[in-house]
Amino acid sequence: MSTGEEKKVKKIIEFTLNGMKREIEVEPTDILLDVLRDRLGVKSPKYGCGRGDCGSCTIFLNGRSVRSCIILAVEADGTDIQTLEGIPEEKLHNLQESFIGHSSFQCGFCTPGMVLSTVELLEKNPHPSEEEVKESLAGNLCRCTGYTPIIDAVLDASKKG
Amino acid sequence: MAIINDFKYYRPSNRDDLLKLLAEYKGKASLLAGGTDLIVQMEDGTTAPDAVIDLKDIRQLSGLEFSNNRLFIGALVTFTDLIESAEIREQFPVLWESSRTVASVGIRNRATVVGNICSAVPSLDSGPPLLCLEAEVLVRDRNGQRTVPIDRWFLGPRKTDLKDTEYAEGISIKLPQKCFGGSYVKLGRYRGEDLAQAGVGVYAFDEGEYRIAFCALAPVPARAKKIESLLNGKEITDTLISEAIKLLPQELSPITDIRATKEYRLHVTGVMLERGLKAALSRRDGGGPEYGVSLL
Repeated sequence: MSTGEEKKVKKIIEFTLNGMKREIEVEPTDILLDVLRDRLGVKSPKYGCGRGDCGSCTIFLNGRSVRSCIILAVEADGTDIQTLEGIPEEKLHNLQESFIGHSSFQCGFCTPGMVLSTVELLEKNPHPSEEEVKESLAGNLCRCTGYTPIIDAVLDASKKG
Repeated sequence: MAIINDFKYYRPSNRDDLLKLLAEYKGKASLLAGGTDLIVQMEDGTTAPDAVIDLKDIRQLSGLEFSNNRLFIGALVTFTDLIESAEIREQFPVLWESSRTVASVGIRNRATVVGNICSAVPSLDSGPPLLCLEAEVLVRDRNGQRTVPIDRWFLGPRKTDLKDTEYAEGISIKLPQKCFGGSYVKLGRYRGEDLAQAGVGVYAFDEGEYRIAFCALAPVPARAKKIESLLNGKEITDTLISEAIKLLPQELSPITDIRATKEYRLHVTGVMLERGLKAALSRRDGGGPEYGVSLL
Protein backbone atom coordinates (compact mmCIF):
# COMPACT_ATOMS: atom_id res chain seq x y z
CA MET A 1 0.00 0.00 0.00
CA SER A 2 2.98 2.32 -0.08
CA THR A 3 3.95 3.25 -3.61
CA GLY A 4 0.70 4.55 -5.01
CA GLU A 5 1.38 2.62 -8.23
CA GLU A 6 -1.02 0.15 -9.86
CA LYS A 7 -3.87 2.09 -8.34
CA LYS A 8 -6.76 0.42 -10.11
CA VAL A 9 -7.22 -2.27 -7.54
CA LYS A 10 -10.42 -4.10 -8.21
CA LYS A 11 -12.34 -5.41 -5.28
CA ILE A 12 -15.00 -8.06 -5.03
CA ILE A 13 -17.89 -6.82 -2.95
CA GLU A 14 -20.83 -8.77 -1.58
CA PHE A 15 -24.18 -7.45 -0.56
CA THR A 16 -27.81 -8.43 -0.41
CA LEU A 17 -29.84 -6.90 -3.22
CA ASN A 18 -33.59 -7.19 -2.84
CA GLY A 19 -33.19 -10.29 -0.70
CA MET A 20 -30.62 -12.02 -2.92
CA LYS A 21 -26.91 -12.35 -2.24
CA ARG A 22 -24.91 -10.65 -4.96
CA GLU A 23 -21.20 -10.59 -5.61
CA ILE A 24 -19.55 -8.26 -8.09
CA GLU A 25 -16.12 -6.95 -8.92
CA VAL A 26 -15.84 -3.15 -8.77
CA GLU A 27 -13.21 -0.44 -8.96
CA PRO A 28 -12.88 2.16 -6.18
CA THR A 29 -14.11 4.87 -8.57
CA ASP A 30 -17.36 3.05 -9.37
CA ILE A 31 -20.52 4.75 -8.16
CA LEU A 32 -23.15 2.51 -6.56
CA LEU A 33 -25.96 3.82 -8.78
CA ASP A 34 -24.02 2.92 -11.96
CA VAL A 35 -23.26 -0.57 -10.69
CA LEU A 36 -26.91 -1.16 -9.81
CA ARG A 37 -28.26 0.12 -13.11
CA ASP A 38 -25.64 -0.83 -15.66
CA ARG A 39 -24.24 -4.05 -14.26
CA LEU A 40 -27.00 -5.53 -12.12
CA GLY A 41 -29.93 -4.38 -14.25
CA VAL A 42 -31.85 -2.68 -11.46
CA LYS A 43 -33.47 0.25 -13.21
CA SER A 44 -35.76 1.91 -10.66
CA PRO A 45 -33.06 4.21 -9.27
CA LYS A 46 -32.46 6.92 -11.86
CA TYR A 47 -29.58 9.25 -12.61
CA GLY A 48 -30.91 12.76 -12.13
CA CYS A 49 -28.62 15.45 -10.75
CA GLY A 50 -25.69 13.24 -9.78
CA ARG A 51 -25.06 15.19 -6.60
CA GLY A 52 -27.65 14.06 -4.10
CA ASP A 53 -30.03 16.95 -4.68
CA CYS A 54 -32.96 15.44 -6.59
CA GLY A 55 -33.73 12.08 -4.98
CA SER A 56 -34.32 10.10 -8.19
CA CYS A 57 -31.48 7.66 -7.37
CA THR A 58 -32.96 6.79 -3.95
CA ILE A 59 -32.44 3.27 -2.63
CA PHE A 60 -32.58 1.72 0.85
CA LEU A 61 -29.17 0.95 2.31
CA ASN A 62 -29.43 -1.04 5.54
CA GLY A 63 -33.06 0.05 5.79
CA ARG A 64 -32.52 3.80 5.30
CA SER A 65 -33.22 5.86 2.21
CA VAL A 66 -29.98 7.15 0.68
CA ARG A 67 -28.81 8.79 -2.53
CA SER A 68 -26.99 6.09 -4.50
CA CYS A 69 -25.38 8.62 -6.88
CA ILE A 70 -23.06 9.83 -4.11
CA ILE A 71 -22.07 6.47 -2.67
CA LEU A 72 -19.07 4.45 -3.80
CA ALA A 73 -19.91 0.90 -4.82
CA VAL A 74 -17.12 -0.38 -2.53
CA GLU A 75 -18.89 1.22 0.42
CA ALA A 76 -21.79 -1.17 -0.16
CA ASP A 77 -19.70 -4.22 0.73
CA GLY A 78 -21.55 -6.19 3.40
CA THR A 79 -24.70 -4.08 3.28
CA ASP A 80 -28.35 -4.81 2.64
CA ILE A 81 -29.76 -2.94 -0.36
CA GLN A 82 -33.38 -2.64 -1.34
CA THR A 83 -34.65 -0.84 -4.39
CA LEU A 84 -38.24 -0.22 -5.40
CA GLU A 85 -38.15 -3.62 -7.16
CA GLY A 86 -37.61 -5.30 -3.78
CA ILE A 87 -40.36 -3.64 -1.78
CA PRO A 88 -42.98 -6.27 -0.97
CA GLU A 89 -46.24 -5.83 -2.80
CA GLU A 90 -48.37 -5.65 0.32
CA LYS A 91 -46.48 -2.54 1.42
CA LEU A 92 -46.98 -0.92 -1.93
CA HIS A 93 -50.57 -1.76 -2.72
CA ASN A 94 -52.27 1.14 -0.97
CA LEU A 95 -49.65 3.59 -2.03
CA GLN A 96 -49.80 2.52 -5.66
CA GLU A 97 -53.57 2.80 -5.72
CA SER A 98 -53.30 6.19 -4.13
CA PHE A 99 -50.63 7.43 -6.55
CA ILE A 100 -52.78 6.26 -9.46
CA GLY A 101 -55.95 7.70 -7.95
CA HIS A 102 -54.40 11.13 -7.46
CA SER A 103 -52.50 11.17 -10.78
CA SER A 104 -49.34 11.61 -8.75
CA PHE A 105 -46.96 11.03 -11.63
CA GLN A 106 -46.66 11.87 -15.25
CA CYS A 107 -43.24 10.90 -16.60
CA GLY A 108 -42.51 8.68 -13.60
CA PHE A 109 -38.83 9.54 -13.32
CA CYS A 110 -39.08 10.70 -9.70
CA THR A 111 -41.65 8.11 -8.65
CA PRO A 112 -39.30 5.39 -7.30
CA GLY A 113 -37.64 7.98 -5.04
CA MET A 114 -40.99 9.43 -4.00
CA VAL A 115 -42.35 5.97 -3.17
CA LEU A 116 -39.27 4.82 -1.24
CA SER A 117 -39.21 8.07 0.77
CA THR A 118 -42.89 7.54 1.54
CA VAL A 119 -42.39 3.90 2.55
CA GLU A 120 -39.65 5.01 4.96
CA LEU A 121 -41.87 7.74 6.41
CA LEU A 122 -44.92 5.51 6.87
CA GLU A 123 -42.86 2.79 8.55
CA LYS A 124 -41.71 5.24 11.22
CA ASN A 125 -44.84 7.31 11.32
CA PRO A 126 -47.97 5.62 9.93
CA HIS A 127 -50.17 8.71 10.26
CA PRO A 128 -48.05 11.74 9.37
CA SER A 129 -49.23 15.33 9.21
CA GLU A 130 -48.99 17.24 5.95
CA GLU A 131 -45.90 19.02 7.27
CA GLU A 132 -44.25 15.69 8.03
CA VAL A 133 -45.05 14.41 4.54
CA LYS A 134 -43.52 17.54 3.06
CA GLU A 135 -40.41 17.18 5.20
CA SER A 136 -39.92 13.55 4.18
CA LEU A 137 -40.42 14.27 0.48
CA ALA A 138 -38.20 17.36 0.50
CA GLY A 139 -35.17 16.74 -1.69
CA ASN A 140 -37.19 14.59 -4.11
CA LEU A 141 -37.71 16.78 -7.13
CA CYS A 142 -40.63 16.31 -9.52
CA ARG A 143 -40.83 18.42 -12.68
CA CYS A 144 -44.32 17.29 -13.70
CA THR A 145 -46.92 17.31 -10.97
CA GLY A 146 -46.23 20.34 -8.81
CA TYR A 147 -46.11 18.03 -5.77
CA THR A 148 -49.66 18.58 -4.52
CA PRO A 149 -51.00 15.31 -6.01
CA ILE A 150 -48.05 13.42 -4.50
CA ILE A 151 -48.61 14.88 -1.03
CA ASP A 152 -52.34 14.17 -1.34
CA ALA A 153 -51.65 10.58 -2.36
CA VAL A 154 -49.37 9.97 0.62
CA LEU A 155 -51.83 11.50 3.08
CA ASP A 156 -54.66 9.49 1.57
CA ALA A 157 -52.71 6.23 1.70
CA SER A 158 -51.72 6.89 5.32
CA LYS A 159 -55.38 7.24 6.25
CA LYS A 160 -56.23 3.92 4.63
CA GLY A 161 -53.06 2.12 5.76
CA MET B 1 -21.07 11.36 -13.26
CA ALA B 2 -18.12 9.15 -12.78
CA ILE B 3 -15.02 9.81 -10.75
CA ILE B 4 -12.14 10.43 -13.15
CA ASN B 5 -9.22 10.49 -10.73
CA ASP B 6 -8.09 7.10 -9.51
CA PHE B 7 -7.59 6.53 -5.84
CA LYS B 8 -7.00 3.70 -3.44
CA TYR B 9 -9.79 2.73 -1.10
CA TYR B 10 -9.03 1.68 2.45
CA ARG B 11 -11.39 0.64 5.18
CA PRO B 12 -9.36 0.26 8.36
CA SER B 13 -11.00 -1.52 11.26
CA ASN B 14 -9.14 0.27 14.03
CA ARG B 15 -7.60 3.61 14.94
CA ASP B 16 -3.98 2.47 14.66
CA ASP B 17 -4.39 1.41 11.04
CA LEU B 18 -6.16 4.69 10.30
CA LEU B 19 -3.32 6.71 11.86
CA LYS B 20 -0.74 4.72 9.89
CA LEU B 21 -2.55 5.49 6.64
CA LEU B 22 -2.83 9.19 7.49
CA ALA B 23 0.89 9.34 8.28
CA GLU B 24 1.70 7.53 5.07
CA TYR B 25 -0.41 9.71 2.78
CA LYS B 26 0.43 13.03 4.50
CA GLY B 27 -2.60 15.02 3.41
CA LYS B 28 -3.13 13.16 0.13
CA ALA B 29 -5.88 11.03 1.64
CA SER B 30 -9.53 11.99 2.15
CA LEU B 31 -11.54 10.66 5.05
CA LEU B 32 -14.92 9.21 4.16
CA ALA B 33 -17.87 8.92 6.54
CA GLY B 34 -21.21 9.78 4.91
CA GLY B 35 -19.61 11.01 1.70
CA THR B 36 -22.39 13.46 0.90
CA ASP B 37 -19.82 16.23 0.38
CA LEU B 38 -16.73 14.20 -0.50
CA ILE B 39 -18.17 12.06 -3.30
CA VAL B 40 -19.75 15.11 -4.95
CA GLN B 41 -16.38 16.90 -4.84
CA MET B 42 -14.61 13.84 -6.23
CA GLU B 43 -17.16 13.55 -9.02
CA ASP B 44 -16.80 17.19 -10.04
CA GLY B 45 -13.02 16.97 -9.70
CA THR B 46 -12.55 19.61 -7.00
CA THR B 47 -11.06 16.95 -4.73
CA ALA B 48 -8.71 14.33 -6.15
CA PRO B 49 -7.15 12.35 -3.30
CA ASP B 50 -4.62 9.55 -3.76
CA ALA B 51 -6.52 7.54 -1.19
CA VAL B 52 -9.95 7.46 0.36
CA ILE B 53 -10.06 6.13 3.90
CA ASP B 54 -13.50 4.90 4.85
CA LEU B 55 -14.09 5.27 8.59
CA LYS B 56 -17.23 3.15 8.79
CA ASP B 57 -15.59 0.05 10.29
CA ILE B 58 -13.97 1.88 13.20
CA ARG B 59 -16.27 1.08 16.06
CA GLN B 60 -14.97 3.77 18.45
CA LEU B 61 -16.26 6.44 16.08
CA SER B 62 -19.89 5.37 16.02
CA GLY B 63 -20.85 6.38 19.55
CA LEU B 64 -23.50 8.87 20.57
CA GLU B 65 -22.96 8.83 24.32
CA PHE B 66 -24.01 10.73 27.40
CA SER B 67 -21.94 10.54 30.55
CA ASN B 68 -20.97 12.94 33.36
CA ASN B 69 -23.10 15.71 31.90
CA ARG B 70 -21.25 15.52 28.60
CA LEU B 71 -22.40 14.46 25.19
CA PHE B 72 -20.01 12.74 22.80
CA ILE B 73 -20.90 12.70 19.11
CA GLY B 74 -18.61 10.24 17.31
CA ALA B 75 -17.39 10.88 13.79
CA LEU B 76 -19.87 8.38 12.32
CA VAL B 77 -23.01 9.78 13.95
CA THR B 78 -25.44 10.97 11.30
CA PHE B 79 -27.96 13.79 11.48
CA THR B 80 -30.70 11.14 11.51
CA ASP B 81 -29.07 9.55 14.59
CA LEU B 82 -29.31 12.93 16.34
CA ILE B 83 -32.89 13.54 15.23
CA GLU B 84 -33.99 10.10 16.43
CA SER B 85 -32.33 10.43 19.84
CA ALA B 86 -34.79 11.33 22.59
CA GLU B 87 -31.93 12.65 24.72
CA ILE B 88 -30.76 15.02 22.00
CA ARG B 89 -34.28 16.29 21.52
CA GLU B 90 -34.68 16.84 25.24
CA GLN B 91 -31.26 18.10 26.29
CA PHE B 92 -29.90 19.67 23.11
CA PRO B 93 -33.06 20.92 21.39
CA VAL B 94 -31.33 23.58 19.28
CA LEU B 95 -28.92 21.04 17.84
CA TRP B 96 -31.94 18.82 17.21
CA GLU B 97 -33.84 21.68 15.58
CA SER B 98 -30.92 22.59 13.33
CA SER B 99 -30.38 18.95 12.33
CA ARG B 100 -33.94 18.85 11.07
CA THR B 101 -33.12 21.65 8.62
CA VAL B 102 -30.13 19.88 7.05
CA ALA B 103 -30.80 18.97 3.41
CA SER B 104 -33.24 16.06 3.09
CA VAL B 105 -33.98 12.79 4.90
CA GLY B 106 -31.96 10.82 2.32
CA ILE B 107 -28.92 13.04 2.96
CA ARG B 108 -29.40 13.14 6.74
CA ASN B 109 -29.41 9.33 6.77
CA ARG B 110 -25.80 9.45 5.54
CA ALA B 111 -24.32 12.85 6.39
CA THR B 112 -22.49 13.07 9.71
CA VAL B 113 -22.27 15.99 12.12
CA VAL B 114 -18.49 15.69 12.34
CA GLY B 115 -18.33 15.57 8.54
CA ASN B 116 -20.36 18.77 8.48
CA ILE B 117 -17.83 20.65 10.61
CA CYS B 118 -14.91 19.08 8.71
CA SER B 119 -16.34 20.19 5.35
CA ALA B 120 -16.66 23.60 7.02
CA VAL B 121 -18.72 25.36 4.38
CA PRO B 122 -19.78 28.78 5.71
CA SER B 123 -23.45 27.79 5.63
CA LEU B 124 -23.19 24.70 7.85
CA ASP B 125 -26.34 24.29 9.93
CA SER B 126 -24.57 22.57 12.80
CA GLY B 127 -22.30 25.59 13.30
CA PRO B 128 -24.57 27.97 15.25
CA PRO B 129 -25.79 25.44 17.86
CA LEU B 130 -22.31 23.98 18.37
CA LEU B 131 -20.88 27.51 18.79
CA CYS B 132 -23.62 28.45 21.27
CA LEU B 133 -22.96 25.23 23.20
CA GLU B 134 -19.21 25.93 23.22
CA ALA B 135 -18.54 22.45 21.89
CA GLU B 136 -15.07 20.95 21.63
CA VAL B 137 -13.69 19.00 18.70
CA LEU B 138 -11.64 15.95 19.66
CA VAL B 139 -8.80 15.41 17.24
CA ARG B 140 -6.26 12.58 17.20
CA ASP B 141 -2.93 11.84 15.60
CA ARG B 142 -0.13 9.38 16.43
CA ASN B 143 0.95 11.47 19.42
CA GLY B 144 -2.46 11.38 21.05
CA GLN B 145 -5.59 13.45 21.35
CA ARG B 146 -6.01 17.21 21.38
CA THR B 147 -9.07 19.31 21.96
CA VAL B 148 -10.03 22.27 19.80
CA PRO B 149 -12.70 24.70 21.02
CA ILE B 150 -15.25 25.04 18.23
CA ASP B 151 -14.73 28.80 17.95
CA ARG B 152 -11.12 28.12 16.94
CA TRP B 153 -11.95 25.21 14.65
CA PHE B 154 -13.16 27.12 11.57
CA LEU B 155 -10.31 28.98 9.87
CA GLY B 156 -11.97 29.90 6.58
CA PRO B 157 -14.40 28.55 4.01
CA ARG B 158 -13.70 24.78 3.85
CA LYS B 159 -10.67 25.25 6.08
CA THR B 160 -10.36 23.90 9.61
CA ASP B 161 -7.70 23.50 12.26
CA LEU B 162 -7.35 19.78 11.38
CA LYS B 163 -3.79 18.87 10.37
CA ASP B 164 -2.89 16.46 7.57
CA THR B 165 -1.99 13.58 9.84
CA GLU B 166 -4.97 14.06 12.16
CA TYR B 167 -8.56 12.97 12.10
CA ALA B 168 -11.56 14.29 14.00
CA GLU B 169 -12.83 11.62 16.39
CA GLY B 170 -15.87 13.42 17.59
CA ILE B 171 -17.46 16.40 19.27
CA SER B 172 -17.79 16.79 23.00
CA ILE B 173 -20.43 19.08 24.50
CA LYS B 174 -21.10 19.96 28.11
CA LEU B 175 -24.75 19.86 29.02
CA PRO B 176 -25.88 23.44 29.81
CA GLN B 177 -26.20 23.75 33.58
CA LYS B 178 -28.74 26.57 33.59
CA CYS B 179 -32.30 26.55 32.42
CA PHE B 180 -32.47 27.76 28.85
CA GLY B 181 -34.55 28.15 25.73
CA GLY B 182 -33.12 28.35 22.25
CA SER B 183 -33.78 28.38 18.55
CA TYR B 184 -32.19 27.80 15.20
CA VAL B 185 -33.70 29.80 12.36
CA LYS B 186 -32.67 28.91 8.82
CA LEU B 187 -33.62 30.67 5.66
CA GLY B 188 -33.31 28.71 2.43
CA ARG B 189 -34.79 29.44 -0.97
CA TYR B 190 -36.97 26.38 -0.66
CA ARG B 191 -37.21 23.40 1.65
CA GLY B 192 -35.08 20.36 1.13
CA GLU B 193 -31.57 20.22 -0.15
CA ASP B 194 -30.80 23.91 -0.10
CA LEU B 195 -27.97 25.52 1.79
CA ALA B 196 -28.77 28.32 4.19
CA GLN B 197 -28.96 31.86 2.85
CA ALA B 198 -28.69 32.79 6.48
CA GLY B 199 -28.79 30.86 9.76
CA VAL B 200 -29.19 32.18 13.31
CA GLY B 201 -28.77 30.20 16.53
CA VAL B 202 -29.87 31.59 19.89
CA TYR B 203 -29.55 30.35 23.45
CA ALA B 204 -31.30 32.35 26.18
CA PHE B 205 -30.28 31.21 29.65
CA ASP B 206 -31.73 32.11 33.01
CA GLU B 207 -30.38 35.30 34.58
CA GLY B 208 -30.22 37.03 31.21
CA GLU B 209 -27.25 35.26 29.63
CA TYR B 210 -27.42 35.08 25.86
CA ARG B 211 -25.44 33.26 23.23
CA ILE B 212 -25.97 34.03 19.57
CA ALA B 213 -24.22 32.58 16.52
CA PHE B 214 -24.60 32.89 12.77
CA CYS B 215 -23.84 30.84 9.69
CA ALA B 216 -23.76 31.69 5.97
CA LEU B 217 -23.14 35.34 6.85
CA ALA B 218 -19.34 35.43 7.06
CA PRO B 219 -16.41 33.27 5.86
CA VAL B 220 -16.84 31.12 8.96
CA PRO B 221 -19.76 30.57 11.33
CA ALA B 222 -19.20 32.63 14.46
CA ARG B 223 -20.63 33.95 17.71
CA ALA B 224 -21.97 37.50 17.76
CA LYS B 225 -20.05 38.75 20.76
CA LYS B 226 -21.00 42.43 20.46
CA ILE B 227 -24.68 41.60 20.37
CA GLU B 228 -24.25 39.18 23.26
CA SER B 229 -22.61 41.84 25.45
CA LEU B 230 -25.32 44.31 24.57
CA LEU B 231 -28.03 41.86 25.64
CA ASN B 232 -26.37 40.14 28.60
CA GLY B 233 -27.96 40.91 31.94
CA LYS B 234 -30.83 42.81 30.39
CA GLU B 235 -34.45 42.09 29.86
CA ILE B 236 -35.20 41.78 26.16
CA THR B 237 -37.46 44.55 24.89
CA ASP B 238 -38.33 45.62 21.37
CA THR B 239 -36.04 48.64 21.76
CA LEU B 240 -33.14 46.42 22.82
CA ILE B 241 -33.77 44.09 19.87
CA SER B 242 -33.63 47.05 17.45
CA GLU B 243 -30.33 48.10 19.02
CA ALA B 244 -29.04 44.56 18.56
CA ILE B 245 -30.12 44.54 14.92
CA LYS B 246 -28.19 47.79 14.39
CA LEU B 247 -25.03 45.95 15.45
CA LEU B 248 -25.42 43.27 12.75
CA PRO B 249 -23.29 45.06 10.11
CA GLN B 250 -20.42 45.04 12.61
CA GLU B 251 -20.80 41.34 13.32
CA LEU B 252 -21.36 40.01 9.81
CA SER B 253 -19.71 40.15 6.41
CA PRO B 254 -22.25 38.55 4.09
CA ILE B 255 -21.52 38.09 0.41
CA THR B 256 -23.68 38.18 -2.69
CA ASP B 257 -23.89 34.80 -4.36
CA ILE B 258 -26.33 32.58 -6.24
CA ARG B 259 -28.55 32.26 -3.13
CA ALA B 260 -28.98 35.89 -2.06
CA THR B 261 -27.49 39.37 -2.15
CA LYS B 262 -25.51 40.67 0.79
CA GLU B 263 -28.07 43.44 1.36
CA TYR B 264 -30.91 40.93 1.56
CA ARG B 265 -28.91 38.67 3.86
CA LEU B 266 -28.19 41.54 6.22
CA HIS B 267 -31.81 42.67 6.28
CA VAL B 268 -33.36 39.24 6.72
CA THR B 269 -30.91 38.34 9.49
CA GLY B 270 -32.43 41.14 11.57
CA VAL B 271 -35.88 39.61 11.15
CA MET B 272 -34.52 36.16 11.97
CA LEU B 273 -32.66 37.41 15.04
CA GLU B 274 -35.81 39.03 16.40
CA ARG B 275 -37.94 35.92 15.87
CA GLY B 276 -35.22 33.60 17.11
CA LEU B 277 -34.68 35.61 20.29
CA LYS B 278 -38.38 35.87 21.05
CA ALA B 279 -38.90 32.14 20.46
CA ALA B 280 -35.88 31.29 22.64
CA LEU B 281 -37.23 33.44 25.48
CA SER B 282 -40.70 32.01 25.40
CA ARG B 283 -39.34 28.46 25.13
CA ARG B 284 -37.12 29.14 28.15
CA ASP B 285 -40.19 30.25 30.06
CA GLY B 286 -42.12 27.13 29.14
CA GLY B 287 -44.14 28.39 26.19
CA GLY B 288 -43.41 29.28 22.61
CA PRO B 289 -43.61 27.21 19.47
CA GLU B 290 -42.46 23.60 19.69
CA TYR B 291 -38.86 22.94 18.67
CA GLY B 292 -38.71 22.04 15.00
CA VAL B 293 -41.54 24.34 13.94
CA SER B 294 -40.33 26.88 11.40
CA LEU B 295 -40.23 30.42 12.75
CA LEU B 296 -40.22 31.97 9.29
